[in-house]
Amino acid sequence: MREITYAQAVAEAMREEMKRDPKVFLIGEDIGIYGGCFGVSKGFLEEFGPEQILETPISEQAFVGAAVGAAALGMRPIAQIMFSDFVTLATDQLVNHGAKMRFMTGGQLKVPMVLRTPAGCGTGAAAQHSQSLEAWMAHVPGLKVIMPATPYDAKGLLKAAIRDDNPVVFFEHKLLYKLKGEVPEEDYILPIGKADVKKEGKDVTIVSYSYALIKALNAAKALESEGISAEVVDIRTLVPLDEETIVNSVKKTGRVLVVHEACKTGGFGGEIVSRIVESEAFYYLDAPVRRLGGADLPIPYNPKLERMVVPQEEDIVAAVREIVR
Amino acid sequence: MTGKAPDAKLLLKMMKDMLLIRAFEEKVNEMFMMGKIHGTTHLAIGQEAVAAGICAALTDEDWIMPTHRGHGHDIAKSGNVKQIMAELFGKKTGHCQGLGGSMHIADVSVKNFGTSGVVGGTLPIATGIGLALKMQKSPGISVCMFGDGANNQGTFHESLNLASVWKLPVLYVCENNLYGMSKPIWEAMAIEHVADRGQAYNIPSKIVDGNNVLEVYQATLEAAEYIRGGNGPYLMECKTYRWLGHSKSDQRKYRTREEEKQWKEKCPILHFKNFLLAEGLLSEEEFEAMTKEVAEEIAEAEKYAESSPDPEFEIMSRLLYA
Repeated sequence: MREITYAQAVAEAMREEMKRDPKVFLIGEDIGIYGGCFGVSKGFLEEFGPEQILETPISEQAFVGAAVGAAALGMRPIAQIMFSDFVTLATDQLVNHGAKMRFMTGGQLKVPMVLRTPAGCGTGAAAQHSQSLEAWMAHVPGLKVIMPATPYDAKGLLKAAIRDDNPVVFFEHKLLYKLKGEVPEEDYILPIGKADVKKEGKDVTIVSYSYALIKALNAAKALESEGISAEVVDIRTLVPLDEETIVNSVKKTGRVLVVHEACKTGGFGGEIVSRIVESEAFYYLDAPVRRLGGADLPIPYNPKLERMVVPQEEDIVAAVREIVR
Repeated sequence: MTGKAPDAKLLLKMMKDMLLIRAFEEKVNEMFMMGKIHGTTHLAIGQEAVAAGICAALTDEDWIMPTHRGHGHDIAKSGNVKQIMAELFGKKTGHCQGLGGSMHIADVSVKNFGTSGVVGGTLPIATGIGLALKMQKSPGISVCMFGDGANNQGTFHESLNLASVWKLPVLYVCENNLYGMSKPIWEAMAIEHVADRGQAYNIPSKIVDGNNVLEVYQATLEAAEYIRGGNGPYLMECKTYRWLGHSKSDQRKYRTREEEKQWKEKCPILHFKNFLLAEGLLSEEEFEAMTKEVAEEIAEAEKYAESSPDPEFEIMSRLLYA
């Protein structure tokens, strides 16, 4: 199968959906001639014209709110926030309005929109352009939250998100954009709310998502040479969460490490761990459950420090060694 | 009065709408005092002419997003006081099945999108409604109501700018009742008129006597005509006054009883009734009959709301996601 990058997979998903359904449109800052801050929508303006590529002033509240309103009237907007940190600027429209619209109107309206946004650190962009804020979004009933780690998942899940009738927040880690992987050329949809066992194993389960998942896979490979067989579960979507796949894996291995880049305090890892210990998997545990998360610090500019504040492959390897000891 | 004059039937409808709004709000106030309605509510007594005048000038293609003081707009758009009252009672038969309440009444069947409890929250969404109408090549326009308090929110400025740049079919209506909760407008902004802000975004604007239903109606028609011509958005400022407090706990310490008295003398209902009497379009007897009819409708709505069942717990998870 052909290999394309994560950024290309995201672009392909949008392109296919925009061609399939003229109600789908992209709305955001510098998405036209510039092609978006990370070049994902390069060439879209020429291909789809200003009817489907709506480049906005720098006005996150206005264009995210406009996406909510247009979605409720039957359009299917993909709102692109340049950096996920700027979700803060549009949170009222997304959280107080978009997420609750269907509920508070007693089901009269629905909001089929996607909010796509690059997240995470590792690019030297410092404290306001590097955060992982997915736990905030996962805390809001009415939103769905997706964080795919591979090009294949990105294409299939973005297409699913665009076709979904609810507001979906779709986080793309910046360091994944150049990652290559096999992606079918044809149309395919992946179910939202289904985890994927990315690597099978028997000694320990590593639960992760987004770029941390790639690190977990590398760590699992390194651990093989030490005779440790790690199973790697990619949750892919935070809301809805596929508890069953996680619980089944933990029941099989009896040991679990949860890894993400977001700050550990209040991070989504706490939710995953709670689901495990509240389930029957608790009785299968042979070791205390562990979490690896980002330090409770803003992301620093210095590259050495930036690397140190989030879990790296070697941290995962070390943690697994302790768990299986 | 310039332009197309409304026919007698429409004039009487506006009269009745205003009476219905007044009677509805008085009933809601009473139900609150009796503890039959819980939560909070924002009553539009004194501001009836804005809702009645605007809605009378709209077509079936047009969407509205009312303010959080929105019962009047809801009534003027649909006249369905039974379901609106049922929603305030939190009942299953309400427009939002009892899940929305006073601040979230929507009636999509008449293109009432519903509103926001967040001041200024409606502006971007109403702008998006305009965007969708334009993309769908609909003849309709989006009417976004907001109070004077909302015009200092970033959403006001971002939305007007975006709508103007894209020439979206949106009528922004500032219902200026002089106070954002307790804050007088002259302490909240350094210019006198909200309408003047249109100029900053190259949006035409107009100041309207919000207590004069005919003036509101006429201005809305003109604005809508401009918008339907593909010229982009329009900003209308209706100067008016809320007779009661912001919400139920308001002691109104920030304004004088004398000021309230002066505004009550400009009662939109009395003003319009006198106009209709003078024009020979309404008699005292007909007005009495209309008042009685309205009172009966409200009493029926109360009975309907009170006797309706509560929503079941299970509907919530069903309604959360589509």
